[in-house]
Order: sequence, then structure tokens, then C-alpha cells
Amino acid sequence: MSILRYAVYRFGTMLLTLLVVSALIFVIINLPPGDYLSNQIAELRASGQSAGVAKAEFLRTEYALDRPLWQQYLIWIGFLPGPQGFSGLIQGDFGWSFEFDRPVAEIVGESLWLTVLVNLAAVLFVYLVALPLGVLAAARSKTWVDYTSAFVGYLGLATPNFLLALIMFYYGHKYFDLPIGGLMDPIYEGQPMTWEKVKSILIHLIVPTFVIGTSGAAAMMQRLRANMLDELGKPYVETAIAKGMSPSRMLTKYPLRMAFNPFVADIGNLLPSMVSGSVLVSVVLGLQTIGPTLLTALKTQDQFLAGFVLMFVALLTLVGTMISDLLLVLLDPRIRYEGRET
Amino acid sequence: MSRLPDGRYVDDAPFDPKANIQTLERRDLDAPNWVLVWRKFKQHKLGLVSGVFLLVCYLMLPFVGFIAPYTANERDSEYLYAPPQSINLFHEGEFIGPFVYPTLAEADLETFQWKFVTDETRPMPLEFFCEGGSYRLAGLIPSDTHLFCAPDGATVFLWGSDRLGRDVFSRILYGAQLSLTVGLIGISVSFFLGIGFGSIAGYFGGKIDWVINRVIEILRSLPELPLWLALSAAVPSNWGPVAVFFIISIILGILDWPGLARAVRAKFLSLREEEYVRAAEMMGASSGRVIRKHLLPNFMSHLIASATLSIPAMILGETALSFLGLGLRAPAVSWGVMLNDAQNLASIEIYPWTAIPMLPIIVIVLAFNFLGDGLRDSLDPYAD
Repeated sequence: MSILRYAVYRFGTMLLTLLVVSALIFVIINLPPGDYLSNQIAELRASGQSAGVAKAEFLRTEYALDRPLWQQYLIWIGFLPGPQGFSGLIQGDFGWSFEFDRPVAEIVGESLWLTVLVNLAAVLFVYLVALPLGVLAAARSKTWVDYTSAFVGYLGLATPNFLLALIMFYYGHKYFDLPIGGLMDPIYEGQPMTWEKVKSILIHLIVPTFVIGTSGAAAMMQRLRANMLDELGKPYVETAIAKGMSPSRMLTKYPLRMAFNPFVADIGNLLPSMVSGSVLVSVVLGLQTIGPTLLTALKTQDQFLAGFVLMFVALLTLVGTMISDLLLVLLDPRIRYEGRET
Repeated sequence: MSRLPDGRYVDDAPFDPKANIQTLERRDLDAPNWVLVWRKFKQHKLGLVSGVFLLVCYLMLPFVGFIAPYTANERDSEYLYAPPQSINLFHEGEFIGPFVYPTLAEADLETFQWKFVTDETRPMPLEFFCEGGSYRLAGLIPSDTHLFCAPDGATVFLWGSDRLGRDVFSRILYGAQLSLTVGLIGISVSFFLGIGFGSIAGYFGGKIDWVINRVIEILRSLPELPLWLALSAAVPSNWGPVAVFFIISIILGILDWPGLARAVRAKFLSLREEEYVRAAEMMGASSGRVIRKHLLPNFMSHLIASATLSIPAMILGETALSFLGLGLRAPAVSWGVMLNDAQNLASIEIYPWTAIPMLPIIVIVLAFNFLGDGLRDSLDPYAD
């Protein structure tokens, strides 16, 4: 029963955090002087096109950009009625993109799911790679297995994501005939989900997953190895060996379970960096995630679009962290359900 | 050692009843802490080599203008995308000192590319301490002497030239000035904020602690890059390169402090209960003095080690931002700005040398990682 209470508590804190984050994001995207429309109006005035000015002025009042900043924020969130009544993020209205002249929801559309998909694949990749390699490196510490994995890990940490992306792309295409660019074959774009489309997406996912996951996997592997080494030095391991337990069974039955905790808890650190990486890699590889959209929106000061994408990215990490916290409680009964009393 | 008549061996040295008290339990722990740390660090070969390498790199920064054969934005419009040239010593089996073969650019009218033909019959010796483009030594002293430059009628593009005919090698050296210092400035900002907030939260506790802790949690749970992007998009485009450079390093630092603050706070929470802290407080020391004189020195070294480990993240961050066109901008030269040229597959395939700036990035980041690891391992000399 109390796992449920903890879940509710955790969900509540997540919502509060999200609220604070929304304020932060709103401030950041409003840091540059002016906004998209006032810049446009100034530009139109300078070139003497008065017809455009009227439209831009109309949009400005339509989207409440002429009000004080704090009101704009509350309208954007949906706590204050805007010119069309309550229509903010919590009412499901994501606003209007001035740059593309379309609603934000329409622009991001499918790319939201693809973003989630790419990040999910990368997280899976990290676990699938880091778990066996980390355990192996610890069990065979100070051998070539350990050194090789450490070397590869260090390289993974040190290579900038976007360069790895370019190189992988080039060689992946040259030697393995992997497709270049995008997350699916262009013929499937905008098409409903079919088996063929899923297959195309999966093939296109290989390189991005690898690129985004590498640095995370390297860090995770190093941490898992350190944890395992700590556990392997403990007396109970010696006892198990002395009693004649087979090494692999001993390894998986005791130390691995102990070392597993930080492994799950770590996703809170892992996820933000993965999402960062996926934004960057998407821009380089031209994936249809929200990364490239974010970049254009920020460059053109398209505030509703940029704000929404940033909110979504933050939501993604917050939800991920929440899930990992809940998983941790399920995995390890020693962890208390309540928040820390200090 | 002498042998007694009954066959026992006895030490000749006079008996000292206090020997047990005077000799140290472990001979290797006889020096001040920093000597012990240094001794232990010296055994960490990889860390030591990395440290020396980084030191050399940073000391070189004021003199890059002298070492580089060209200046950062010097263009040679005859040699766009020239491939790397090698410096040779032997011509037809004969030693004639360092020289280059001149290359000639020819337009290939089928592929519409420049083709570079090396003329291997005419070795042209390099000139040393020669006059070239003018630069300022350490940013102050104007000079136009270069360590080496190409002889008249030849070029020396060690790592090729880029799309405007600028020498990649020289630009990498110039780029190091910004790319390497961005991490230092960023880490100073992060250090300042992290120690400030962390110590306030840990020392005073209560409501302040709660607030700072929540801020830390929120900032840590957000992906850095999108926020970096958003913040750097807010940098006005009419600012000069120097201002942009500083603001970018500050932006990098602003999002990095929460990790550090958390470590500081945790340490403070346990240390503030120590007796010497209470003694200092009772003698009337102000909170600021207790924090600075009595608490911080306890784990300063640990903080420095962890700072070393987070410099690479900043260097990579700057590279990523500049690469995306939101960081440093064109007249400024940094490794990220240079890689901007290598952004598409075509240039990787046809002009692979434009991606060379990734090598110094990887090497520097690795060196910082090894140095940080070495420092961390040797900071506790009393451990085995």
C-alpha cells in the first residue's frame, strides 16, 4: 500500500518541479530583447510594408504578447484567461509558431514520439552494453578484458557526440550499408504506421542509438565496475567461493544484486545527458526528432515553439527520473518510502 | 651485527628505550600532506603524464602566434581545401634538412574541384625565425616572427587548409586559446557558485538549505544542452567576440554548479558538528570566517579533483555550442567553430582533414580525465 503512497508523493513533487521548470524556461526564452513579432513589425516598418504590420499587431494582441511578462507566463501555462479564454499548456493548447505560421502541436506532432523512441532505444542500449561489460570488467579486473573496455570507455567519453555521429554515419554507410540521415525512409514520412515503416525506423535507429548511448554506456560501465569491485572484496564473496559455488552463479546471485542499485538509481543522472545528446545528434544526423525544431525555434526567437520543446524535453527527463525512483523502491525493499526527514 | 660466544646474533646499535615511540609507524608518512599527495600522485603514471602534457599545452597558449606558421584568419585563395603536406628530411636519398615539396593547384573541370599536384623534383627548405603575418605575443607584444614558415612559392599546410584556404594547423593552435580557457573560466564560475551555495546550505541548514537543495535537484534533472542552447541564443548578436567568449564560458559554468554544491553541502553537514567548529564559533568567529578558514580547507583538494573532472564537459559543451552555431562566432577561432566546417558528410568524405580538430579535443579531454582520476586517487595518502 505504501508504494502507492510513495508513487503519489513522487508524482506530486514531479508536477511541482515541472511548474518551477516552466517558469525557468519562460524566463530563459524571454531573455533576448523583443519577441518574434515586434522584431517582425520593426522590420516591416523599416521596409514600409504597412499591410504586414497590421497582421503582426493583430497577432501580438491575439497571443497576449503586449501584456506584462508575468501575465504572459500565466496565460502560456493556462492559469490566466488569454484573449481566447483559458488556452494554455495545461488545457492542451501549445500555442502558435510564428516562424512556421502553424500551430505548435501540428509542427512537433510525430516528432514527439520519435524523440521518446530514440531516447528509449539509447537507454536500452546503455543498459544492454554496460551491464555485461561492467560485470565482466570487474570479474576479470586487471586483465586485457578490463583494460580494453576501460580504453574503449574512455574514448567513448572523450569523443564529442556529434563527431562520432558523423564518423559512424560515414563508415556505417560505407561498410554496412546503413541508411544515411533521417529516422525512416522518406516514402514513409507522414504515412500511418505499418510493419514496413516500423522496420525502416528500426534500421535507421541503429546509428543514432549507438552514438547517443556510447558516452552514457561508458560512464555507466565504469561505475558498475567500481561498485562490483567493492562488493567482490567483501567476506561473503570469499565464503561463497570457499564453499565451492561456481563463479558465475556466485557473481550473479550476490554481488550483482548489490551493485545493481546504483545502476538503476543512476538513470536520474543518465537521462538528462542522454536527452542532451539526442538533441545534438538529431541536429547533425537530421533525425525527425524535436532537436532540429528546437534549434530553429531558438535561433528565430519563436518563443511558443521553443518553450514547448524545452518543456517537453524537461518532462521527458523528469518522468524518466520518476520511473527510475519507483523502480528502485520496487527493487530494493530497504529503501524507505517516505521523503527524507531532515 | 656481532655474534656472541653462545651463537646468538646481537645488534651493535645502542639500545634506545624510546625507539618505539619515536619511529613512525609507517616511514612513508613523515612529511606534510601535500608532499604525501605528490608522492602518491607520482606513482600514477598516466595522471602524471597527462598533467605535464596539459601544463605544456596551457603554457604554450601565449606563444601560439610564434609557433604557428600562419595567423588565424590568413587566407590563401590559391589553395582552398589543400590536402595536408608533410615535412621531409631526405630528397632522393640525400639529407637536406626539413623541406616541403611545392604543390600546384589545378582546376579539374570534370569534378569541379581543385586538384593539388605535388612537384617532387624541387625540394624547398623551410625557413626558420622568418617574417610572416603579424600577431601579438601573449596578446600584448606585437611581432611578426614565426618559428618556421614556408619558403616563397610554396606552402606549409601541415594539416591541410580549409574552405577559405586557411591553415588548419595554425587555426588549431589559435583555437586552443579559446577552447582551453573556456573550461577554466567556466569551472571558476561553477566553483564560485557551487562552493557559495553549497556551504551556505550545509552550514546554516533550515529553510535556506531546503530552498537551495530544491534548486539543485531541479537543475540536475534538466538536460544541459537544450538549456545551454536557449541561454546562448539569448546572447545579442551584435556583441564582440571577446564578450561572447566570456558570456559563453559563464553560461557553461552556470549550469554546472549543482553537482559541486551538493558535494560541498554533504561535507558541511557532517563537518559543522565537529568540536573545532564549535570552538571557533564560541571564540566569536563569524560564519564567513568559520566557513573559509576552518571548513573549506578540509576538502579543497577533493573539490579541485572533481573540478578537473568536469572541465572536459565544458570543453565539449563549448565545442557542441559552436558547432551548432550558437556558441563562439566566426572571426573567433575555436575547435568547435572549426568543426562547423566539417558538419556535413560531403566534407568528411572529400576533405577529411577538416575534421582534424576533433583529435586535439579527444586528447585534451582524455588528459583531463586521467589527471582528475590520478588526483582523486592520490588525495588520500593515508589510504592503502
